[in-house]
Amino acid sequence: MFTGYDFDVIQRSLPYLFKEGMVFTLTLTALAMVGGIFFGTLLAMMRLSSIRVVSALAGGYVNLMRSLPLVLVIFWFFFLVPYLYGAVRGDGRPIAIGPFYSALITFTMFEAAYYCEIMRAGIQSIARGQVWSGYALGLNYWQTMGFIVLPQAFRNMIPVLLTQTIILFQDTSLVYVISATDFLGAAAKVANRDYRLVEMYTFVAVIYFVISYSLSLLVKRLQDKVAIIR
Amino acid sequence: MISIENVSKWYGSFQVLTDCTTGVAKGEVVVVCGPSGSGKSTLIKCVNALEPFQKGSITVDRVSVGDPKTDLPKLRARIGMVFQNFELFPHMSVTQNLTLGQVKVLGRGEDEARQRGLKLLERVGLIAHKDKYPGQLSGGQQQRVAIARALSMDPIAMLFDEPTSALDPEMINEVLDVMVDLAKEGMTMMVVTHEMGFARKVAHRVIFMDAGKIVEDAKKDDFFGKPRSDRAQQFLSKILHH
Repeated sequence: MFTGYDFDVIQRSLPYLFKEGMVFTLTLTALAMVGGIFFGTLLAMMRLSSIRVVSALAGGYVNLMRSLPLVLVIFWFFFLVPYLYGAVRGDGRPIAIGPFYSALITFTMFEAAYYCEIMRAGIQSIARGQVWSGYALGLNYWQTMGFIVLPQAFRNMIPVLLTQTIILFQDTSLVYVISATDFLGAAAKVANRDYRLVEMYTFVAVIYFVISYSLSLLVKRLQDKVAIIR
Repeated sequence: MISIENVSKWYGSFQVLTDCTTGVAKGEVVVVCGPSGSGKSTLIKCVNALEPFQKGSITVDRVSVGDPKTDLPKLRARIGMVFQNFELFPHMSVTQNLTLGQVKVLGRGEDEARQRGLKLLERVGLIAHKDKYPGQLSGGQQQRVAIARALSMDPIAMLFDEPTSALDPEMINEVLDVMVDLAKEGMTMMVVTHEMGFARKVAHRVIFMDAGKIVEDAKKDDFFGKPRSDRAQQFLSKILHH
């Protein structure tokens, strides 16, 4: 059945696939998750603000990001950011910042919109009385958010945040459109060089499945654990 | 201490408070009662600006609550508040609940805050539960912790918003006892409650509200003796028969 296939190519390219490709993918996922949750939380607080301009700004941003295909945003940032960077530096000359940083900025900004909606639901799940009780103690808005609302919102939302991160992990493979060497990109390069497409892409699929599925099992176990006793 | 003058409040076009005028003097215990939806809770939340109001003025210790220039966190830190649903912070231990405000708002050191907190916890009879989380305590215990938490800020006045309404009947007294002690010590208190026994025991004045208006504002003995308004008489006859 497997005559004509050469699965040894996988073994030969393992160091390249993992040390370059997977490290890129995991680093990008982790950093974009941290950045995305940070900015997403800020966006969520803005969306829930009683100051209309602030909530409209955040709402507009979130709706824009959620209405655009990710591939488009990746492209767009990749070509635009060098110009922006050049403009900020003052001489206006575009400066290549490389696929990694371009992808990191893109995913952080893009995922922030999705993390925002999760954190917004999380913040809204905290009873109004908790906020009142923080204010009644004399805490200001930032303290009430930081010590009371966000820790609880975050805890309630950990499973959903992680599920979104699994999606992010899979989505990072789209950086192949800007020729970045992520896990899929590395495999694609080997596949094309050695003309071993079936072998490489099957292997990549298996690895993505194993990682994503074990993460989602972990989420399931976490879900039962994090519930706060009330 | 607390003075409320001609306060009106609307939710959209619905008027929840109409021209409310009353006050609480230093050391005075004022009970606010009335049917549900009469605006009692809204009024008491206006006192520390948890609810905004559109007309009139409220001052606490001569500081105007409605003035946009007022440093609200600073003002609120001086007024203790106890809520119907306790509102302890469920992700913090009892001790952390007691020290958070002292450390972050009053700038006390951790040790000082802990000592002050534990002293008050002992006072409400819950020192044995200092390391537990709110979810591990009964409703009555949680409310006593909430009172201790408010007291830990050394407030000049205490607001109680239906402190016993969410409690099982057998737990109501443990909370009322703490409040009675507090009243006897001379704490300035404004208490929204249906506990007429409490009102009889320690209140100086009773305010009766209906449909957003203060219908009756009388000395305790006058209120229970011969309420002037029909509405208050009806209300009393309904809740006192049980």
